[in-house]
Amino acid sequence: MSESVLVANNLVKTYTQRSGKFGFGTTLVKALDNVSIRLRAGSTLAVVGESGSGKSTLARCLLQLQPLDSGEVLFAGQDLSKMNGAELRSVRKNLQMVFQDPFASLNPRMRVGEIVGEGLLIHRLGSSAEQQQKVIAMLKRVGLTEVDMQKYPHEFSGGQRQRIGIARALVLQPKVVVCDEPVSALDVSIQAQILLLLKELQQEMSLSYLFISHDLRVVRHIADDIVVMYQGRVVEQGVVVDIYQQPQHEYTRNLLAAIPGKKAMNA
Amino acid sequence: MTAKINTDGLNKVRPLLQLEHLTVVLKKTPTQLLVNDVSFVIETGKTTCVVGESGSGKSLTALSVMGLLSKQLQLTAGKVLFHDAETGVQDLTLLDAESLRKIRGAKIAMIFQEPMTSLNPVLTVGYQIGESLTTHLGFKGDALKTKIASLLDMVGIPPDRANSYPDELSGGQRQRVMIAMSIACEPRLLIADEPTTALDVTVQAQILKLLDTLKSRMNMGMLFITHDFGVVADIADNVVVMFRGKIVESGTKEQVLGNPQHPYTQALLACVPDAEGKKPLKPIDYAWLPENQSAIQNLEEGA
Repeated sequence: MSESVLVANNLVKTYTQRSGKFGFGTTLVKALDNVSIRLRAGSTLAVVGESGSGKSTLARCLLQLQPLDSGEVLFAGQDLSKMNGAELRSVRKNLQMVFQDPFASLNPRMRVGEIVGEGLLIHRLGSSAEQQQKVIAMLKRVGLTEVDMQKYPHEFSGGQRQRIGIARALVLQPKVVVCDEPVSALDVSIQAQILLLLKELQQEMSLSYLFISHDLRVVRHIADDIVVMYQGRVVEQGVVVDIYQQPQHEYTRNLLAAIPGKKAMNA
Repeated sequence: MTAKINTDGLNKVRPLLQLEHLTVVLKKTPTQLLVNDVSFVIETGKTTCVVGESGSGKSLTALSVMGLLSKQLQLTAGKVLFHDAETGVQDLTLLDAESLRKIRGAKIAMIFQEPMTSLNPVLTVGYQIGESLTTHLGFKGDALKTKIASLLDMVGIPPDRANSYPDELSGGQRQRVMIAMSIACEPRLLIADEPTTALDVTVQAQILKLLDTLKSRMNMGMLFITHDFGVVADIADNVVVMFRGKIVESGTKEQVLGNPQHPYTQALLACVPDAEGKKPLKPIDYAWLPENQSAIQNLEEGA
């Protein structure tokens, strides 16, 4: 087993929800109920589950975009949940995120060059000429051109925007990238392109991915390990092949049975 | 590139809806054909799936059947022939607004993609299901309530939820309400525009099963729009593949999925990931397009 790059132990996150007549009462919803995961260096860990199972909460809590109730997130031996703002900012250089909706996650008033270069600016990496060079190199790497720097997000298709989102995350040369359903808003024909790009970049830059998805066909192709979540709890985890061939938990079996076209494709 | 349309086998059975040479353009730029000479047949009791990428004109085809195209668009050519036992064969494109209203909801119903946005948030779901029953069939009072309860029961929602508002239901439940609304008047034809795209896989499987059962029980024809070949494999009888406004291939599910003829269908099928992970991931291949072919030729000549 290779070494872990990100370890989370016993994460708990609860939301309060109004309930009862006129919302006077409150109920607690456990979004994360004692969740522990381990991301191996250079590998992809997929988190699967249906909506409301806590996948996205897990992603946000790992990067400390939302405060945790309890638990610890260890990155390079440091506990992220105990850091203050300035410390977090410097460590986030190594922890980046690719979001689900390529239309909502890019600022419509910023040019693509500014969007991709913003991280370099914040972390003061290199002179402005060097930053410019890095942005151009990254854009080219994800399949866009130098001219695209001057354009606005609305001038691009969904697949191209997701490429911009990936460039923004990777220009800082992070160690861990959290991908929250990066291809679920895209056409089938574009999905494969983006997945292949993510795979290539992983090899080149030795990235570790935490890949959130509800599409088990996609997960089968990109992941090394899987965590199955159900109602805030991890119900099963292990290596991809094992889980697909011998699912132990009832819920995992249901998920696998629900893959569309399974019967017909096997026949 | 000519569209190969296999209608030989289809004409023997009872057609329900025939699209003939349907063409839709943008009013501002009439040379741009958004739907280009589309013809296919939907049979009674069968499901026809229209598959394609975004922008291929699948939703526009469905909307033009219902006469719901937006004002910027225009139907320039083609017929939509609807076969009905009572009125005989009608061309829906020639009907006025009044007669179309009588057909919509009663004879042809539609399920939209997003159950979140297509239900009215300030009306109870029971009221919304009952609306078309009152309008088309004159249901009132207790008879209406009983009918709504039986419809909710049919789609698997407890009948006492009739007084709930859409925001009190989950995504899957809302889509079930949409289905209950659309089948309320027992339509002959159900048009479903990506009804499961916004839903979880487990819920998607339930909804697909429900639609299939209802279709058989009520002997409806179904026009099902999707971009997911997995869904096609589960639910379709016939498949129509669209690319940039044109039909590139059509036939039975076995023909199109099992033995695709057109290079676009082959390319599209090749980039669908499989659950076993045996098939290598492949980006879509546009090399077969005439413009790319000539580019390749130019390269070869230059070399």
